[in-house]
Amino acid sequence: MTTALAPAPSKLAAQRKRSSAEGRRLGSRRGNIVAGIAAWAIGILFVFPVFYMVLTSLHSEVNASTNPPSFFAPLTLDGYREFFGASSGASPWPPLINSAIASIFSTIIVILLAIPAAYALSVRPIKKWTDAMFFFLSTKMLPAVAGLLPLYIFAKYLGLLDNINYLLILYTAMNLPIAVWMMRSFLADIPVELFEAAALDGAGLIRTLRSVIVPIISPGIAATSLICFIFAWNELLLANTLTSVIAQTAPVFLTSFVTSQGLFLAKVCAAATAVSLPVLIAGFAAQDKLVQGLSLGAVK
Amino acid sequence: MATTTAPPLESATTRPSKKDKEPKASFSDRWLNKQGWARRVPLLPALVFIIILTQIPFLATLIISFMNWQANYPNEIAFGTLNNYVTVFTDPALRSSVFFTVLLTVTVVIVSLALGLGIALLLNRNFFGRGAVRTMMITPFLVVPVAAALLWKHAIYNPVYGLLNGILTWLGGPQPDWITDFPRLAIEVQLIWYWTPFMTLILLAGLQSRPGDILEAAAVDGANSWQTFANITMPHMRRYLELGGLLGSIYVLQTFDTVFVMTAGSLGTANLPYTVYETLYSAQDYGLASAQGVVVVVFSIAIATFLLRTVSTLFSEETR
Repeated sequence: MTTALAPAPSKLAAQRKRSSAEGRRLGSRRGNIVAGIAAWAIGILFVFPVFYMVLTSLHSEVNASTNPPSFFAPLTLDGYREFFGASSGASPWPPLINSAIASIFSTIIVILLAIPAAYALSVRPIKKWTDAMFFFLSTKMLPAVAGLLPLYIFAKYLGLLDNINYLLILYTAMNLPIAVWMMRSFLADIPVELFEAAALDGAGLIRTLRSVIVPIISPGIAATSLICFIFAWNELLLANTLTSVIAQTAPVFLTSFVTSQGLFLAKVCAAATAVSLPVLIAGFAAQDKLVQGLSLGAVK
Repeated sequence: MATTTAPPLESATTRPSKKDKEPKASFSDRWLNKQGWARRVPLLPALVFIIILTQIPFLATLIISFMNWQANYPNEIAFGTLNNYVTVFTDPALRSSVFFTVLLTVTVVIVSLALGLGIALLLNRNFFGRGAVRTMMITPFLVVPVAAALLWKHAIYNPVYGLLNGILTWLGGPQPDWITDFPRLAIEVQLIWYWTPFMTLILLAGLQSRPGDILEAAAVDGANSWQTFANITMPHMRRYLELGGLLGSIYVLQTFDTVFVMTAGSLGTANLPYTVYETLYSAQDYGLASAQGVVVVVFSIAIATFLLRTVSTLFSEETR
């Protein structure tokens, strides 16, 4: 209707707009192709060392250590057999199990502590809840070396050295700030009417948590758990200082490959791949929430 | 909206009486004004836990840093000395480790921020297989750091069978011993490879949170892509660059795994966290290790002060 009333100018304007928009779209389409090629090249460059690690882990020791590399050598699982102690007899299972215990149980405790804390910081906030949030964040900025020595001496005199439970507790403290920040941002998204309804129905804190909050934020709990799991699984400094034989974790076990031992590249790559596998799986599963966890919940 | 910002203000002014004197207050008012310990209890376990395990050990570190305490000389334990700090700042080996810590942190953070921004701008375009490239970009960050360091040390940098020299053989180039010849650069490149994905993720999240209406308005007004980038994207991205830079600094400052695996602190690559570990573990000098730890904390606090400010601006925008 408006076009019928004033056909000439609006048509002109529309035409001009269209042509300029088309030009931009064409330009940006060409730009997108260039950007796409560049992005693919850079992506491949960044992923290549990981690809090479997996490929080498599947080569025989002789083919793994050639110069130039033999990319198309036949595949074998010998590297993994060696890693699992086929000839040395040193099984990586105890460290892998220790890592699993420390990572999984610390993550469970982290979540159990973080959900009520996040509740007290968002749903029914305490006074000065932002101060509490920033206190949690600031503890994450305290480097591990800041408390390493007292934690070591404490463990030494109480016989807690080389004890996986001690490490588990420390990993809980390490991940708690991240979890509190992440869980708070998930809880803050829940409409407050839901809590009012729960309270009207006479639900207490525990019941509200169990029947209202947890079902809604379970995707958030999953993402937070995966990220805490990754950080606990990766940790080396505390593990290397506080454990030796019995409670050795997978990253500590990996440090036995630091010095070269003849032809052992396939075995090293198999070990690196096997130990990284849980993190790769957890990381890809939590991909969408990864940035939120890494930025301590500051970026969504 | 009101629920997240209102309660601290409201309760600060009318804390004790409101509950009893105004029984007709709306439900949400009563809900939000119920004060006292009932509200704090859910927070306490986490708070107590974190104080015991982070604040008290740090206080102990601070105290021990003023002590003469070497595990091998248990009879000479004494309190009240500044010798440890004098050693930290006068021992040339330690000065070198302070210098390398700063160099490593600055280099890795700046280079991976710049790369991350470029890659994030590419990933923000619309092209075939964008999700796949994004996944490929994340992958380096999902290799266990010790495993990544082993991978680079043995499979990439090794002078005899490493990938780099393998490629150089194809090209007919020289065969350098990368870690021995360029120890610091070798560590920096490995860490840049590891941290660029992190920066990319944060900056990509920033790019995608640009207000769409303003971008549209700019397009309607005929702004070209450079004008849009300089006047809209960069001001918006400033906070995300700060966030990435500061978080990256705090993490890179604490680098231990890579140094431990690649060089074991030799060839001038011992950074402060590694030095603390060695003073504690090999030299068993508890007083000195604590003083070194305190120096790392001072660096961290300097960075953290800025970081907290950045996070709090992002945070207040989010809760508003």
